[in-house]
Amino acid sequence: MSDAISISHVTYRFGDHVAVDDLSLEVHPGEIFGLLGPNGAGKTTTIRLVNTLLPLQDGDVHVYGHDLRHEAMAVRRRLGYVPQQLSIEGALTGRENVMWFARLFDVPRAERAERVDEVLAMVDLTESAGRLASTYSGGMVRRLELAQALVNRPAVLVLDEPTVGLDPVARDSVWHRVSEMQEHYGTTVLLTTHYMEEADALCDRVALMHLGRLRAVGRPDELKAAQGEGASLEDVFRAFTGGDLAENEKGGLRNVRSARRTVRLG
Amino acid sequence: MSAAPVAPSAWADHDPRAIRGPQLLASRIVTFCLVELQKLRHDRTELVTRAVQPILWLVVFGETFSRIRAIPTGNVPYLDYLAPGIIAQSALFIAIFYGIQIIWERDAGILTKLLVTPTPRAALVTGKAFAAGIRALAQAIVVVVVAALLGVAMTWNPLRLLGVAAVVILGAAFFSCLSMTIAGIVLKRDRLMGIGQAITMPLFFASNALYPISLMPGWLQAISHVNPLSYEVEALRGLLIGSATNYWVDFAVLGGAAAVGILAAAALLGRLSR
Repeated sequence: MSDAISISHVTYRFGDHVAVDDLSLEVHPGEIFGLLGPNGAGKTTTIRLVNTLLPLQDGDVHVYGHDLRHEAMAVRRRLGYVPQQLSIEGALTGRENVMWFARLFDVPRAERAERVDEVLAMVDLTESAGRLASTYSGGMVRRLELAQALVNRPAVLVLDEPTVGLDPVARDSVWHRVSEMQEHYGTTVLLTTHYMEEADALCDRVALMHLGRLRAVGRPDELKAAQGEGASLEDVFRAFTGGDLAENEKGGLRNVRSARRTVRLG
Repeated sequence: MSAAPVAPSAWADHDPRAIRGPQLLASRIVTFCLVELQKLRHDRTELVTRAVQPILWLVVFGETFSRIRAIPTGNVPYLDYLAPGIIAQSALFIAIFYGIQIIWERDAGILTKLLVTPTPRAALVTGKAFAAGIRALAQAIVVVVVAALLGVAMTWNPLRLLGVAAVVILGAAFFSCLSMTIAGIVLKRDRLMGIGQAITMPLFFASNALYPISLMPGWLQAISHVNPLSYEVEALRGLLIGSATNYWVDFAVLGGAAAVGILAAAALLGRLSR
């Protein structure tokens, strides 16, 4: 079986700035894959290339064998996307928000109501579904967005910093939902995060990105073990980038030369 | 968890339904119109506040100018002559600020999510344009009722009223695309507000909404003849109060303008997604 997502030698520039630099990686079917790195690492640009928001410049991307360059519509039909920003239509009810996306994904009319109810139940919003979404809390909005992304039964779920700005309870609830999707439906998940804890708890494999380049790929436990007993993902990150994860792009720049190495594990 | 678990990889194996071409376009138009109606149902205040201005135009301006008899409208009472113009104007006002919604959706992150659904940009813009048409139509119905209450002798022929609906929707589709095109250029809500304010009144006055084109100076006549609003008013006057007009020309101009507007707005939509 082909990879769920295959990214091959992708480079993306905003003017002179190289946001993604010769990135190649494969996401296997059914795994939760995390792109990990500080701000400016190129995580969001990678996500926006995979979900067709940005046009490919150099390199190739395939989603379940569909070439992004020539079959963008086929790729979009297989993707569910939740952006970093909390974004729902507050002037509609929760249910109407999900129904809107069911229509935009051409869910057949006969199945629409049932599918909408199903995903609302998955994210535990059945009871609030009739309320205007403007009355929802941040955690509820994020869960509603998951429902919007899931109503099409996506083969690949793409989440950009899914828990930024959420309180710990809401964050756990999002993690729980995402793991459930993977367990029950075999959905492949590609997510970005700059929380080591999130990557550790949720991801089967992670890719460490820094300044647009891939530094390391592997299972969190393998990456940690390679750094010695008791090492955290934070230590792994420091070893490969010479900087802290919390550090911003500028801080990391000083160490960029010493960090020009990429290893692959697992 | 209420849904029954299925075998892993079930969602990857499922082949999503794909529709294309005219069927997809029709589906997106229906979808965006439904969303617009749902928003309207949840909040009707705009429908009321936006009715104030056309009522003032009809009651204050219309009644006064009826008395002065300054504007030669043949054997048609001035208020009857004015009513279709005011219907077109209220639709114009809604449509010309519709681009604000798309900037708002961009700022709120909704546009990004819409753009990664299997919806080509032209279909997205067309859906939005018709949604603006539906909102304008709701407003037009309010103005028609007000005009009828003021004693304007309008047709109640259902076929003609359907024609009126089509004209209002087409007109609003064009002007909302003009607004979305400007939105794609200026990218900021405040700037779009400013430009919207700056162009609505010229569009309104350089049309036949208030007075016949024949009364205007030559240069203004020339502008009126390329102003789609004039053709919208012509068609509305023909359908509602039976004035002579060439519907082929009116509909061709409105349809053509809407098509050009859709293409222009779709071409600039990418600027909003970056």
